[in-house]
Amino acid sequence: MKYTEEHEWIREEDGLYVVGITEHASEQLGDVVFVELPEEGSEVVKDEDICVIESVKAASDILAPLDGEIVEVNSAIVDDPGKINEDPLGDAWFFKLKVTDLSPMDDYMDEAAYKKFIG
Amino acid sequence: MDDLLRTPLFTLHEELGAKMVPFAGYTMPVQYPLGVLKEHLHCRAEAGLFDVSHMGQVILRGADVATWLEHLLPQDVIGLGEGRQRYGFFTNGEGGIYDDLMFANRGDHMFLVVNASCKDDDVRRMKAALEPNISVELLDNRALLALQGPAAEAALATLNPAVADMRFMDVRTVELAGAECWVSRSGYTGEDGYEISVPNEAAEALARALLADTRVEPIGLGARDSLRLEAGLCLYGNDIDNGTTPVEAALTWGIQKVRRAGGAREGKFPGARAILAELADGPARKRVGLAPEGRAPMREGVELFASDTGGEPVGRVTSGAFGPTLGRPMAMGYVPAALSVEGTKLYGDVRGRRMPVQVAKLPFVPANFKR
Repeated sequence: MKYTEEHEWIREEDGLYVVGITEHASEQLGDVVFVELPEEGSEVVKDEDICVIESVKAASDILAPLDGEIVEVNSAIVDDPGKINEDPLGDAWFFKLKVTDLSPMDDYMDEAAYKKFIG
Repeated sequence: MDDLLRTPLFTLHEELGAKMVPFAGYTMPVQYPLGVLKEHLHCRAEAGLFDVSHMGQVILRGADVATWLEHLLPQDVIGLGEGRQRYGFFTNGEGGIYDDLMFANRGDHMFLVVNASCKDDDVRRMKAALEPNISVELLDNRALLALQGPAAEAALATLNPAVADMRFMDVRTVELAGAECWVSRSGYTGEDGYEISVPNEAAEALARALLADTRVEPIGLGARDSLRLEAGLCLYGNDIDNGTTPVEAALTWGIQKVRRAGGAREGKFPGARAILAELADGPARKRVGLAPEGRAPMREGVELFASDTGGEPVGRVTSGAFGPTLGRPMAMGYVPAALSVEGTKLYGDVRGRRMPVQVAKLPFVPANFKR
């Protein structure tokens, strides 16, 4: 599992890369009330805003952490955004990417580095 | 951050694990570990305790104080009986709103609760207009707590059963946890409940006594905002301000007949000409409830359009959030009178896309007062 400075996690699963937000991010956001996910099949570019997440406090963007194609999105979090607060690292994943350029993975943090990053 | 003021409950907030934020010059709890959603729902289901000590508590004293106060606002103050409270708003010369407030007839004086962000200006204006006939005293020795929700009566009555006899907008001096408290049966959540003015040194003990009741949870400013929005209540600075009149703001219910055209004490308040004319002719724009059709909240600042493409904005959202009790987003904003009819379909620009929204009835959640 790797972590970005934008508080997203990336996990490899059967050749695809699953993306979600960290527990720290979900705590900072507060209760999530709305999520908008990208369309399945869309091509995304690293650092592009591709999701919107709104909590009781504010709206935030989720960036594509890598270049690739969105092959699956988790519509369960659209129907029940509260899942993002309950299980951000598990059930509440956002989307699965078929990645075309893996090189940025080397720059992302491992768990120890991320823990240090959030202090 | 260092120059932020602290309320007498600051230590308790920290102990309860509150997340503190700057608000109107104070450091205030925005939420506790329960979180905004659950705090909101708890307040509607049982009871919530709010620290609203940042608000201004003002005593006006002097002969004919009610007559004097009527010079500054369009409410019937003279007709307010002893032991009763009323909602009002200070108006400016153009008919805009300087601040909204609660005022109570406490026998030998008038007791006002005004907004934190406006209190210094309110006091300055009142002093200029009323002194030396009336003394104007902004209290710094009392905290203000609100206990709101269907279990508020039962919870407060365990400290003093006398509060159960009070009706909505009654005010009374009551001993609570050994301190002389000034209690009103009111609040700003749409729920039954009380606002309690308590001496600073007794505030923490009173709050702890209330929180010891399992029905009572501490509630932060985050849930206070979603509660008042569901109840259709205005937030000063968002939904009303110096540039909005009470008629535009749909607050005409707060202007009693005696101060209107043909009333015994017609006009003679700041902005009377503009406000009475608007009462007669109708306002050009109106504050309305807005129900976004999708799940995306439409927040403060979202521009409203009459059609899904093109055209200039016709209005703007002044407050918007997700309504936890409602289970969907809700908003308030100003639209032209012709587009203010319930059910009118408008479009809000959310992140560059026009999302459908309907003009909706206020309040979103019916009030639960003990009349």
